[in-house]
Amino acid sequence: MAMLSFEKKYRVRGGTLIGGDLFDFWVGPFYVGFFGVSTLFFALLGTVLIFWGAAIQGEWNPWLINIAPPDISYGLSIAPLREGGLWQLITVAAHGAFISWALRQVEISRKLGIGYHVPVAFSFAILAYSTLVVFRPMLLGAWGHGFPYGIFSHLDWVSNVGYQYLHFHYNPAHMLAVTFFFTTTLALSLHGGLVLSAVNPRRGNEVLTPEHEDTYFRDFIGYSVGTLGIHRLGLLLALNAGFWSAVCIIISGPVWTRGWPEWWNWWLELPIWGTLAHG
Amino acid sequence: MAEYQNIFTQVQVRGPAEMGTMGSGAELGRVGEPFFSRFLGWIGNAQVGPIYVGSWGFISLITGTIWFVMVGINMLATVDYNFALFLQQLFWLSLEPPGPQYGLSFPPLNDGGWFLIASFFLLVAVLTWWLRCYRRARDLNMGMHVPWAFAAAIWLFLVLGLFRPILMGSWSEAVPYGIFPHLDWTTAFSLRYGNLFYNPFHALSITFLYGSVLLFAMHGATVLAISRFGGDREIEQILDRGTAYERGGLFWRWTMGFNASAEGIHRWIWWFAILTPITGGIGILLTGTVVDNWYLWAVEHRFAPEYPPMFGAGEYGTSIELPGVATGTGD
Repeated sequence: MAMLSFEKKYRVRGGTLIGGDLFDFWVGPFYVGFFGVSTLFFALLGTVLIFWGAAIQGEWNPWLINIAPPDISYGLSIAPLREGGLWQLITVAAHGAFISWALRQVEISRKLGIGYHVPVAFSFAILAYSTLVVFRPMLLGAWGHGFPYGIFSHLDWVSNVGYQYLHFHYNPAHMLAVTFFFTTTLALSLHGGLVLSAVNPRRGNEVLTPEHEDTYFRDFIGYSVGTLGIHRLGLLLALNAGFWSAVCIIISGPVWTRGWPEWWNWWLELPIWGTLAHG
Repeated sequence: MAEYQNIFTQVQVRGPAEMGTMGSGAELGRVGEPFFSRFLGWIGNAQVGPIYVGSWGFISLITGTIWFVMVGINMLATVDYNFALFLQQLFWLSLEPPGPQYGLSFPPLNDGGWFLIASFFLLVAVLTWWLRCYRRARDLNMGMHVPWAFAAAIWLFLVLGLFRPILMGSWSEAVPYGIFPHLDWTTAFSLRYGNLFYNPFHALSITFLYGSVLLFAMHGATVLAISRFGGDREIEQILDRGTAYERGGLFWRWTMGFNASAEGIHRWIWWFAILTPITGGIGILLTGTVVDNWYLWAVEHRFAPEYPPMFGAGEYGTSIELPGVATGTGD
C-alpha cells in the first residue's frame, strides 16, 4: 500500500532542484530525487563506517559502541582511520546526509506547492550539530574537541565538557536554551491538549470550534494566541531552543575559558553598587 | 520565483473584541476591558482579555503571591533588608529548605520553617490553579486534555518537593527557591547520585523533551507551510480533511515514509509533552530511594564502562562486588 487514497493526484512531475526528471520518482511511500540518492549514499557510508569502528573497538553492545574523534595532538589535520579518521569521515558523511535531507525537503515542498518552513527549521538542527563537531573544534584548533559518536560516550562528553567550565548551568546562553526547551514543551502540551479537547469534548456535546479554544485560553490566562499564532509561536520557541544551544557551546572555549559561575561577576562589579549597596 | 512564505501577520484587521462563548452560565465571571496589542498581532491574536476570575483562580493568585512575597522577604532578610544589596545579589539569594538534622519535623522559622510555610502556599496555589484549569474546561464542555497535561507537570513538582523528601525522610531534600541556588541543587543532585545521565528515566525524559521540541518544530513548520491552503484551521481539517492537511501529510510521507493525521499529530505531541515530566518524575523519585549511584548501577547493568577506582566511585559503596572497583569503607 504505497499510496494513500488521495495521493495519486499529488504525484506529479516537477519541483526538483537538480537532475530534472532523472530522479523524479517514488519508491514505496518515499520520494527519491537527486537528494534522496545522495542521502542514501551518505547514510549508508556513515553507517558502514560506524560498524567498522565497532568492529575495531570489539564492542557490539549498542549502548557502548563509541567512535571517538582524533586526539587533540592531531590538531586540525586528518588522522589515521583507527585514530579518529573514522570519526572524521563519519562527520563528513553525516553532513552529506543531513544537508541532502534538507534539500530533499525543499524539493518535496516545491512539488507540493507549500512553504519552505520545514527545511528552514531543520537547518537550525544541522547548524547546532555543525557547531558541535565542526565550528567549535575549528575555533579551538583540534578535531578532538568534537563529541564522540556513541550513546553513553556522548553523554560522558557532555558531562565532562560541562564540568570543565565548573558549572554549565551558569552559562547564560545555556540558561536561555533550557528555558526555550521547557517553554516549547509546555506550549506543545497546551496546543495538543487544546485541539484534542475541542475535537473530543465532554460526553454528550458536539465538536467545538476555534471560538471555544480562544474562549478557554482567554478565560484561563487572559490571552489566546489563536490557531495560526500557536504554530508560529511553537516554531519560534523550538528554533530558539536549537539556536541558543548552538550559541551556548560555541562561546564555551572560544569566548570564555573559565568557569561559567565566574562570568556573572560583571553584574556584581557594576559601578552602581559601590554607593548603593555598601555606602 | 519569489513566493509568499507565512512568517508574520502583515496586515492586522481590527474588529470588535471577542467576548467568549456564551451559555449555561459559563460566561459569568469574565472581567476586564479587552485591548489590542499591535506587537502580539504580528504573531497571533492581537486581543488581550477578558479573563475569567473564579474563586479557585482567586485563591491561587492570593496564595501564589504569598509564596512569592515570602520568598522575597526571606531573601531580603539575608542581606539585612538592604534593598540595593538585594538587587545586586538577587540571582544568588535563596530561601533554603531545613537542614537534614530536622528530618520531617517542623524546624525553627529561620532554619527552614519559612521554607516549609512558603512551600505550603505554593502547593495550594498550584493545586487551585489546576482546579481552575479543570473547571473551566468542564464548564465550557471541553475535553480534559489540558488539565491532565497540567497534572503531569504537577506530578514532577510533587515528586521534587513532597513525595521524594517524605520517602527520604527529610525536608532537606527539597529544591531551594532561588535562581542560581536551584541550579546548584540540580548539579549537586546529579553529582551526589553518580551522574544522572546514567539514570534511564532521566534519559527518557530528555528524549521526550528534545522530541517535543523536534515535534513542535515539525508541526509548527508544516502548518505554516500549508497555511496558504487553510492548514491552521485544524478542527476543520480533522473533521473533513482538505488539501492543506493532505499536502502536509504527504510531505512527511514522502520525506520519511510515514505521516500522522490532523488529529493524530496532536495526540503524538500531547503524549510526548506529558511524558517528559512523567518519566522525569519517576527518575527523580527512584534517585536516593531505590538507586544510590546511577553510574555504579549502569556498570552493574553493563551499559557504562568501568573506570579505574581513582575517582573514588567505591566510596559510595555498592551492593554488588564489581571486579576492578574498590569498595568503600562503608561496606
